[in-house]
Amino acid sequence: MASEKTEFEDIPGTYLFNSDRSKAGYHLNMFCMSLLKPENRDAFRADEEAYLDRFPMTWEQRHMVLDRDWLGMIKTGGNIYYTAKLGATDGKSFQYIAGKMSGVSEKDYADMMINGGRSIENNRSKSDAEQKG
Amino acid sequence: MARIIGGVATSHVPAIGAAIDLGKTDEDYWKPLFDGYIPSKKWMADTEPDVVILVYNDHATAFSLELIPTFAIGVASEFPPADEGWGPRKVPVVKGHPDLAWHLSESLILDEFDMTVVNEMPVDHGLTVPLSLMCGEPDEWPCPVIPLAVNVIQYPPPTGNRCFELGRAIRRAVESFDRDLKVVVFGTGGMSHQLHGERAGLINKEFDRQFLDDLTADPERLKQLPHIEYVREAGSEGIEMVMWLIMRGALSDDAKEVYRFYHVPASNTAVGNIILEN
Repeated sequence: MASEKTEFEDIPGTYLFNSDRSKAGYHLNMFCMSLLKPENRDAFRADEEAYLDRFPMTWEQRHMVLDRDWLGMIKTGGNIYYTAKLGATDGKSFQYIAGKMSGVSEKDYADMMINGGRSIENNRSKSDAEQKG
Repeated sequence: MARIIGGVATSHVPAIGAAIDLGKTDEDYWKPLFDGYIPSKKWMADTEPDVVILVYNDHATAFSLELIPTFAIGVASEFPPADEGWGPRKVPVVKGHPDLAWHLSESLILDEFDMTVVNEMPVDHGLTVPLSLMCGEPDEWPCPVIPLAVNVIQYPPPTGNRCFELGRAIRRAVESFDRDLKVVVFGTGGMSHQLHGERAGLINKEFDRQFLDDLTADPERLKQLPHIEYVREAGSEGIEMVMWLIMRGALSDDAKEVYRFYHVPASNTAVGNIILEN
């Protein structure tokens, strides 16, 4: 199992939603899940800090939510299908969030997709990605 | 006797549903994609299945981390389109087929596939977008649909081999149902895409084309493809393609490809559609 985990963690820019991340991100993700209900979206928008008090996530995760640190949320156990619900609450598109996580504007990200997407070349392993430099 | 007459695999990108619902299908961005599905819609209309078994994944809508069934089958008479944060899609309520669904549940469990049986389940874009792509925008869906939800979000999803074998068990179950029904199985999701992290936007056309080829040419290779290969080569969310193997397993070994379409992109995703007939 250990070697399999190492293989997944060697894929660049990828955070497999495994048991470690699921354990770490449970309350963060369930906060996001709660935003499927309109009344919860309203309560969150009215007072984000007070609403977040209902969910015992870590201090770090709480600040990532408040700062809309999309990549940080993923790194600390957020799952994209959950964090996207926070994006939807903000009226942000999936491509906006994807741009934020990959460090480009929504427009540049959308253009990359129209031009065939991000290439697999030099994106298979962290050593590949470094060679690309 | 009921029988499986065909299989459909298709992507289920949520932006496709939004494009249909907002009347954007003739826009330059979307037209090539929807044109590619015109023959698929015709096949669906000509084939007139009595029931569709639709394999898909729920995207943190009906299920959450609270409860994570690996394989869940919907046995209700109706499944409402889900509110995914923007209000439910304005598409018909999905009518189930409780008699066949319960028969499938019993048969699969006795065949050693331990299904979770679900009576209350809103269905999200994973299920409704494939119906829209294959059936257009009718007032009612053309036939009852049995939802079969697979966990592909929490690692690990079931293996490709397990999915293929579930397909075979579905075929046995359908063939032991004592009513004369024509059944089509849908496998949905994919193709290559990654929605998260710095590698978001990954597309791998070569992987996708080989996958489409091997659905008929070499399903043995696909059955053995490990999860790491999907994630590395087709993107973290490309692992949804294991669900296509449930469809493939439900068809006969010598099933024929009758249609194929491939297009990049729909939002973040490579779109594939393939139709097989027994």
